Amino acid sequence: MPEGYFGDYFTFGMFAGLVVVLVGGTLLLARLVRPRVDKDEKLSTYECGVDPIGGGWTQSTVRYYIFALLFVIFDVEAVFLFPWATVFEEIGIFAFIEMMIFIAILGLGLVYAWRKKVLEWI
Amino acid sequence: MPDLLQLLETLLANPWVILGIKLSVLLILLPATLVVGYVELKVMAHIQHRLGPMYPGGFHGWAQTLADGIKFIQKEDIIPRAADRMVFAAVPFLTMMGAALAFVVIPVGPQWIIEDLEVGIFYALAVSSIGVIGVLMAGWASANKYSLVGALRMAGQLIAYELPLVLAAAAVVMQAGSMSMVDIVESQRPFWLFNWPQGLSFVIFMVAATAEVVRPPFDMPIAEAEIITGAFTEYSGMRFAFGLFAAEYIAFIALSALATTLFLGGYLPPIPALDWEPLRPLWFLLKTSSILFVLMWVRWTYPRLREDQLQRFAWKVLVPLSLANIFFVGALKLTPII
Repeated sequence: MPEGYFGDYFTFGMFAGLVVVLVGGTLLLARLVRPRVDKDEKLSTYECGVDPIGGGWTQSTVRYYIFALLFVIFDVEAVFLFPWATVFEEIGIFAFIEMMIFIAILGLGLVYAWRKKVLEWI
Repeated sequence: MPDLLQLLETLLANPWVILGIKLSVLLILLPATLVVGYVELKVMAHIQHRLGPMYPGGFHGWAQTLADGIKFIQKEDIIPRAADRMVFAAVPFLTMMGAALAFVVIPVGPQWIIEDLEVGIFYALAVSSIGVIGVLMAGWASANKYSLVGALRMAGQLIAYELPLVLAAAAVVMQAGSMSMVDIVESQRPFWLFNWPQGLSFVIFMVAATAEVVRPPFDMPIAEAEIITGAFTEYSGMRFAFGLFAAEYIAFIALSALATTLFLGGYLPPIPALDWEPLRPLWFLLKTSSILFVLMWVRWTYPRLREDQLQRFAWKVLVPLSLANIFFVGALKLTPII
């Protein structure tokens, strides 16, 4: 059994594997006990009881693609924040001010998006 | 007799046996969802002046969720003709993983943890967003309009609330100076029930966590009155149970346990004098169940938000607030008050 650094990954992998086995096993069990009555209507797409109109893969507006862009920016910021947060006490006031400048710049970006009325769900 | 004890000792020292014991946590999770599900049925009933389930199992309907589970296993499993079968079938695995993997790093006691990863909290937040991929896959693979709308709503909601969640957790990491979950708990000593410099982080975290597990008042992605069950409209039987129910409840328990660890001192007792090793898991369970109860209470108190209100709240209130909170915690940490 691997130890140390790879040991962590090993445990994690075993856990993930066990989740798959558990879900797969239960689904298999369900397959053995459940009935199966084939009927063509059952296999049609659900649309409140009437026959579906058009396909299910229709065009739809993804309203929040700008939110998604903002999210990527802030999520990267969060990734930077974590290593900083673990050590900032040792570095002290310098690290604090520097990170605050970084956050302020991103905050300005958020204010800009706000003023540009990007943060409206239309 | 000594031989037997010795055998037991060598057996317990075997790393594979230890691993087996640790992994058996997963087997507790499914019954735990049944218990939490039952308690929620009862809590919601009593909040609404009803009795809730009373018949299954005899005593106050204790077997209700168990009966539900057995029923789910017996139900026919239908995959619509138009669906993308492979992707459709993969969804329960992904949503379950997204919900359950966080338990690897949750410390029930200083030794009672599957793996005390050095990046513990970071890992927990990372794996808990795997579920979104599952939901998006469900929405797309079903080839159903409701599913598609539900999945898009879900994605929009989860990206909006992921940020406050992560930033609130970052504030805790700043205070603890470590990402390991055990270190985070230990940093909260000496402890009396609440880690007060993190008060704002706690509120932000709880609101964002409720939105992340898609519970009311943030359940627009599965709003049954508007879009049936959102991304899981076409799911039936056990796939539905895993994809939506079990995953939702396990994620619910996981996030409550995370909140307990980050803000309520995890396994530390409310009074330092009670710090006795065997009792530690009890404190942890008590705190986690109180959070679960409060979230159920919130669920039956506030009506569902609207999609635009939800986004406005996340981006215009929670994100600026959590950025300010990081400044606040940092300043507090550098001044010698704490």
